Amino acid sequence: MGLARAEAEWEALMRQATAGDGAAYRRFLAALTPVLRAVVRRNCGRVGLDPGEAEDVVQETLLAIHLKRATWEPERPIGPWIMTIARNKLIDARRRRGKAATAPIEEFIDMLSAPGVDDDHDRLDLDRMIARLGGRDQSLVRALAIEGRSVKETAAILNMTEGAVRVALHRAIKRLAALFRGEES
Amino acid sequence: MKSDALIDLLVADLAPLRLRFRARLRLELACGGFLAALILLTAIRLRPDLGAQIASPRLWLKFATTLTLSMASLGLVLRLATPGAEARPWLWALFLAPLVLSFGLLAEAMATPAASWPARLIGHNAPYCVTLIPLLSAAPLACLLHALRQGAPGNPGRAGAVAGLLAGGVGATLYALHCTDDSPFFVAAWYSLAIAIVTLIGSAAGRRWLRW
Repeated sequence: MGLARAEAEWEALMRQATAGDGAAYRRFLAALTPVLRAVVRRNCGRVGLDPGEAEDVVQETLLAIHLKRATWEPERPIGPWIMTIARNKLIDARRRRGKAATAPIEEFIDMLSAPGVDDDHDRLDLDRMIARLGGRDQSLVRALAIEGRSVKETAAILNMTEGAVRVALHRAIKRLAALFRGEES
Repeated sequence: MKSDALIDLLVADLAPLRLRFRARLRLELACGGFLAALILLTAIRLRPDLGAQIASPRLWLKFATTLTLSMASLGLVLRLATPGAEARPWLWALFLAPLVLSFGLLAEAMATPAASWPARLIGHNAPYCVTLIPLLSAAPLACLLHALRQGAPGNPGRAGAVAGLLAGGVGATLYALHCTDDSPFFVAAWYSLAIAIVTLIGSAAGRRWLRW
């Protein structure tokens, strides 16, 4: 796929997503993830992080892209926006390992020219974070993410309204991001 | 958990965006500025001779300085908190306010006798200036920090500091409607000190609250 075309397609999907189109959002995240993984893995090696930590950085970046999607302006290219978020998360990860806090920036052109990498092994970090959510948040996240249930089914199982499930889910996602940052014990 | 599961989670949490970050920050800044203006009008009051002084070049120099500072720091803080945005031109724009003030200092030095300079520098209300500007900046700063929590600054302390600079610029603009010390010497010394205090507070608050 041509570089400009790929970026334009992601921008179109993200525009639909910010208007509330879940199917477009899923396509955007699914197309982005393998490419993001490839670029993060390559940079992990370059900045002296264990390649096994790449998956944490990928998941943290996906969480940040989700929580900070209001900072993307639809008229601006999405590539530099994604890359800057990924780079920030890489720097955070390296800082947590007590290493110097600068990372080389790869151009987005590298990102799209890299072959995507699929998730070939289960990484346990997010599982551990979910376990630390505890209580109802944990059951809720497990039902939605791991058991693949819908919001409606989850609401029925947990005896909550759909609205309450959505509110709790949003809070749980923010807490997951905070757990990655090491802000909650 | 594989990333597919994470994607399921994020898609389930998708809601239509009501307000993008930049629009939200501008809106919250307007709210903070409005609150500060209310405080000025009710608790601090406008200077009694505002009408008579409205044509004074010294008064306009104050506004030119504080408004230039506010505009440049608004442009900068928006870009510092937006991943991938180019902040450098706005960093340069930050030097416009000191430049404007330097012209004022030069003009004042040429227009007034040197013997009057110390009195102009010290002014009448310096302690009020360094307390009331931070006070008037409090609501804008709080609103800006609240809005910035939706942003994604690469350097939280720096974004907080620029938010402090912006809040200080807004506070100083409002305070200039009250303050009767009009000499550029006074502005350069005391307004700067007051805005520096707000900037330091913003920087500390940014490091504390703007991590993401």
